[in-house]
Amino acid sequence: MNSLIIRRKLAEHISRLKFPQRTLCTDAAPKVSSSHSVQSSNDHVGQQSFRNEVHPYDIAIVGGGMVGMALACSLARMPLTKHLKVAIIDSNPALSKRLCIKKEDPPDPRVSTVTPATISLFKDIGAWKYVEQHRHAYFDQMQVWDYTGLGYTKYNARDVHKDTLGCVVENKVLHSSLLSCIQDTDFQKTIYTSRLSSMTLQPRNLSMGVDSTSSGLNERGNLAKLHLSDGNSLYAKLVVGADGSKSRVRELAGFKTTGWNYSQNAIICTVEHSVENRCAWQRFLPAGPIALLPIGDNFSNIVWTMNPKEATDRKSLAEDDFVKDVNYALDYGFGPHPKSSTLGSGGIFSWFKTDVNLSPDECFKVPPKVVKLASERMVFPLSLMHVNDYASKHVVLIGDAAHTVHPLAGQGVNLGFGDAFALSRIISEGIAVGTDIAEVLLLKKYEAERKSANVTMMAILDGFQKAYSVDFGPLNILRAAAFNGARYIPPLKRSIISYASGDQRFPIFS
Amino acid sequence: MAMALKLLKQLRGPSTTTSTILYRNLRPRFSNLRSAIRLFSDAPLSEPLTTPPHQNPHSPSPSSLNQYELAKFAAIAETWWDSEGPFKPLHQLNPTRLAFIRSTLCRHFGRDPLSPRPFEGLKFVDVGCGGGIVSEPLARLGATVMGVDAVEKNIKIARLHADLDPLTSTIEYRCTTAEKLVEEQKNFDAVFALEVIEHVADPAEFCKSLAALTVPGGATVISTINRSMRAYATAIVAAEYLLHWLPKGTHQWSSFLTPEELALILERASISVQEMAGFVYNPLTGRWSLSDDVNVNFIAYATKIKTANL
Repeated sequence: MNSLIIRRKLAEHISRLKFPQRTLCTDAAPKVSSSHSVQSSNDHVGQQSFRNEVHPYDIAIVGGGMVGMALACSLARMPLTKHLKVAIIDSNPALSKRLCIKKEDPPDPRVSTVTPATISLFKDIGAWKYVEQHRHAYFDQMQVWDYTGLGYTKYNARDVHKDTLGCVVENKVLHSSLLSCIQDTDFQKTIYTSRLSSMTLQPRNLSMGVDSTSSGLNERGNLAKLHLSDGNSLYAKLVVGADGSKSRVRELAGFKTTGWNYSQNAIICTVEHSVENRCAWQRFLPAGPIALLPIGDNFSNIVWTMNPKEATDRKSLAEDDFVKDVNYALDYGFGPHPKSSTLGSGGIFSWFKTDVNLSPDECFKVPPKVVKLASERMVFPLSLMHVNDYASKHVVLIGDAAHTVHPLAGQGVNLGFGDAFALSRIISEGIAVGTDIAEVLLLKKYEAERKSANVTMMAILDGFQKAYSVDFGPLNILRAAAFNGARYIPPLKRSIISYASGDQRFPIFS
Repeated sequence: MAMALKLLKQLRGPSTTTSTILYRNLRPRFSNLRSAIRLFSDAPLSEPLTTPPHQNPHSPSPSSLNQYELAKFAAIAETWWDSEGPFKPLHQLNPTRLAFIRSTLCRHFGRDPLSPRPFEGLKFVDVGCGGGIVSEPLARLGATVMGVDAVEKNIKIARLHADLDPLTSTIEYRCTTAEKLVEEQKNFDAVFALEVIEHVADPAEFCKSLAALTVPGGATVISTINRSMRAYATAIVAAEYLLHWLPKGTHQWSSFLTPEELALILERASISVQEMAGFVYNPLTGRWSLSDDVNVNFIAYATKIKTANL
């Protein structure tokens, strides 16, 4: 109806480069000398850092790990954000190369359990096809039980009408898939192989400048300046802290955190079976849970939580003895098997039985025996940490920089991916309506959305952890009751599964 | 939205009937005091073309603003860009207003809705730009923007803030009124007057000026508050007195226009309303969203009739 399209090609393309000439002086010297360390792709090579002074970045992502790269990748894929100029700061030199992962290599012990929600996000940005080219293991069953022998529960993907409950992928595979995916695009990214050493956030205080001349105010008023450990520095509108649980960005921006240590460590390693494992197993032991996750072929990954002393001891244990310990912990160690044939302990849940058709898959099984250790053993301390605010002017935190969780259900990285995709979507929504991407109101939208999701998951995992860290008769029975409840009450069970597979809300409450 | 449109179509039929009654209660109250705290806009004081001779025609700030009120306003002006300050509700509303503008004007100008700068090459004017909270996003969306405001302090703030970002430093800010731009024979592809018309002395004259600034076939976008009981309850009782979102006296209910009145005034200025939407506030999330409900805050997108020669 508006046939008359008015197009005024205005000649007045007033040079938008008013900005440039201002501030080149300060650090120019060290910058040029060290500019060779700026690794870049898509033709941003070499002298680059000098030009950065002239054209500040839209976004600087500090930390090019899985979560940081997921953000970059997602930005590169969306029509409204693909034009953004992005800097990625990470000391890992592998970032600027195309990683090549050999299939014959034994699996890396650092793995993630990605949920169906994360898988579909990866598919959306086109990264999942690269994951599928490498080793990965879907699982459609999960068995959870505890050492008291009072209860167990089995989750099946079928119960929630899904094909899988998740997929176990080595972190390096996830990371390199995201890298490959971003290299497919002509996204303008520059990689700085360095660390963040300090950050200057100029507050913009307009009231001061109203009556004075504007000169003092205009200088980079809405940019953050990042100083790197190699002497480089760069300006960016928005700084994203994706630099993990010991985030430097979080520290420099002064975000406060809440959290505690569990005084527990986790031993992580890869093991080999004589047969292929297709199920995720988790058993709660007096000192903490042990999880056995399939990672493809005959390999599995072990995440075993215990007190720090035991962890140190087990790390230095002879290989055969460690394997023996693992098999013991996954089988008869610390207590009997739950009775599966009689369908549950006692009769308290028996009245639900009529509604439930237990398939043979529902019976308790013993996990496949571990025959060999296939990697070194790594020990990580466990803690729970949550940052009070995710965003302030110019700065926003994603992934472990904002929250670290108990690795119980392998949720940590999924929460981080959730953050990355939510942030890129909100940035895109902001660009659609012409918002400054560093605007607090915009970033607070991201915070509001992710905080509720993350806190709910953290509370559930922490609750689980607390429930299992006490060995006390009545509590054990309650726990068993909860297990059996989860087993026999299909809606509850579906809720648990769908929440664990990354559906946004906790369905029981919705 | 469909409902609002239907209503409008019904109204447009007999639009030839004189509608002076509509303004009966709009005009007389607009005495000196009221024009005072022009919070959300600068009130492009439509001292229409009949500017009294004693007013210095070169003076950018019209004399109807008394000095005391100017000082009072200047104090708030500095907080234009404080998203937690007195203009917070406007900052919260902003993305929603712009979402409406983006979708209607992409259609109007045949632009790609997936483009980050869909308004590239178009000339827009933001009448009553205040601190520039609409001008800046429009500039980021690619438009060549002029922001005008009758209050010099607003223009200063807007200029300082826009210069912080190279994308917005191209905005031309001027301390003037819509009427003066008409005198200068300026025209624009799209003319915006957002939360402004409820502060002007003569909405009909004001709309005529907006029309004169719009090129034939161009677009005019106006948002304001409805003169409904609910608007009274929310915009005045709740926002000003209970929640203290807005300073008391920001709005005077009787000077509000209903969507029907606005459509009629625009019609008489050869601008026809194409689409209207309401803004609804969700107190739980603190967000605004677009809806069919034009009972409180609403926004209208209108086009200037092509054949009209003004």
